[in-house]
Amino acid sequence: MKKIIISGFGGQGVLSLGKFISYSAIEQNLNTSWLPSYGPEMRGGTANCSVIYSDEEIAAPVIDRPDILIVFNEPSLDKFEASVKEGGIIISNSDIVHKKPTRKDVTHYEIPVDTLASAINKRGANVYMLGVLLPVFGDITEESAVQAVEHVFEAKPKVIPSNIECLKAGIAYMKNLMK
Amino acid sequence: MKKLWKGNEAIAEAAVAAGCRYFFGYPITPQNEIPEYLSWRLFEVGGAFIQAESELSAINMVYGAASAGARAMTSSSSPGISLKQEGISYIAAAELPCVIVNMMRSGPGLGGIQASQGDYFQATKGGGHGDYHCIVYAPSTVQEFVDIIYNAFDVADEYRNPVMIIGDGMLGQMMEPAEIPPMKDTSKMFEKYHKDEWATCGHSDGKPRIINSLRIEPDENEEFTLRLYKKYEEIAKKETKVEEYRMDDAEIVFVAYGSVARICKAAIVELREQGIKAGLIRPITLYPYPTATIEKAAKSDKVKKFVTVEMSMGQMVEDVRLAVNGKKPVEFYGRCGGNVMMPADLVKYIKEGK
Repeated sequence: MKKIIISGFGGQGVLSLGKFISYSAIEQNLNTSWLPSYGPEMRGGTANCSVIYSDEEIAAPVIDRPDILIVFNEPSLDKFEASVKEGGIIISNSDIVHKKPTRKDVTHYEIPVDTLASAINKRGANVYMLGVLLPVFGDITEESAVQAVEHVFEAKPKVIPSNIECLKAGIAYMKNLMK
Repeated sequence: MKKLWKGNEAIAEAAVAAGCRYFFGYPITPQNEIPEYLSWRLFEVGGAFIQAESELSAINMVYGAASAGARAMTSSSSPGISLKQEGISYIAAAELPCVIVNMMRSGPGLGGIQASQGDYFQATKGGGHGDYHCIVYAPSTVQEFVDIIYNAFDVADEYRNPVMIIGDGMLGQMMEPAEIPPMKDTSKMFEKYHKDEWATCGHSDGKPRIINSLRIEPDENEEFTLRLYKKYEEIAKKETKVEEYRMDDAEIVFVAYGSVARICKAAIVELREQGIKAGLIRPITLYPYPTATIEKAAKSDKVKKFVTVEMSMGQMVEDVRLAVNGKKPVEFYGRCGGNVMMPADLVKYIKEGK
């Protein structure tokens, strides 16, 4: 079972990134839940979602101790850093998040996803981040993620190739970083 | 095949599959995806969707459609459901089938838009005026919501009684894998109503049919109400639904419904890892209430205490106390205002008593 919290400003694709993970998980017949924040806090404020995937039944869709925290802005790091499980992982979009976590018992990756993705697709930062996450997860395949991207962009087939390119670049970048 | 569905959208599609063809509503967060989805989907299946000018109109449109033997539904969230109560009382008194979904948000008043369970009293104890009950379901997953609404129209038909299904913002907004059952054949439904000789669907057989909730003679109204309560007894016998989770050796028994029951399940797994034998009684129907299941647990020598967990200041806990009837302590843990307890909060409460 993996518990993931993704948080950032509304408009950074935070909720979509969570959906990509859930769609990827369901491609592998895993159980999954995606719980978004909703309401006024999304307008210009922070948006976040809690995503869980597991081969077992998922009880609570809420997450108190995430295994992985992905932050797209600094307020999100402030809000969720303390909750990350001991030995967990924090990934920050270092184009925006310059602060570093104070926790010493977690692994921290800084990924400038906006810069990295913009060379391929200016709006592909969240799909690039999905690519970054796959080597971290270790159990979601590239094929599943490709299918998830194709599914989410079903109505906009034109954007699929550049997003898949972002996905693949993200995977390659992270594999290299984790070596 | 299982697909990833947003709770509200799955509910809407399952209602269509169940044969619902008429929806009347008025927008309110966090249930807006239900009317949004049905606004286009019902036209595809030859039904009708109306965004009414108010909740009062919407529920009375349901009253009208149900009178004519149509499969009709409305959905709303807490303040909107309050506005619908007069109509729900009328529908119950006119003995008409319909389905009402309440995706609860926090009250009182206009309150907030985050998840809550503050409408338990309203849903189970009447809500509107007079002696009546809706049949009330409280699913805890998107799939269970789908399965319950798929059968809810049949249950409403069978007893000619409104069915209310209550969820909360969390269940409405979240996505989970769910499978929508096949479309029911609606071609025979209208015919059946006609044969049942109550729906006001024409005068073809020459007998007048009257749908009414006015019974001005005390004797007539008492006789009617007694018959209504006979019906509730039968419903209690046949329709009560409850899940017992890890109850075999449980010493501490959580009682919770809907999304909160899931949080309890996560806490139970954690507590058991720490050697504390906890279990859960999860009412799936809130009316009729699974009193017998709680009574049985209260009599068990293994069970030390009950802890009712709700996103409210304690409403269902009263029914738990009635069922336990002093045999064991009944404690309450709640959050309100739209805040959600975490599994760790429950673990801490059980271990430290706060």
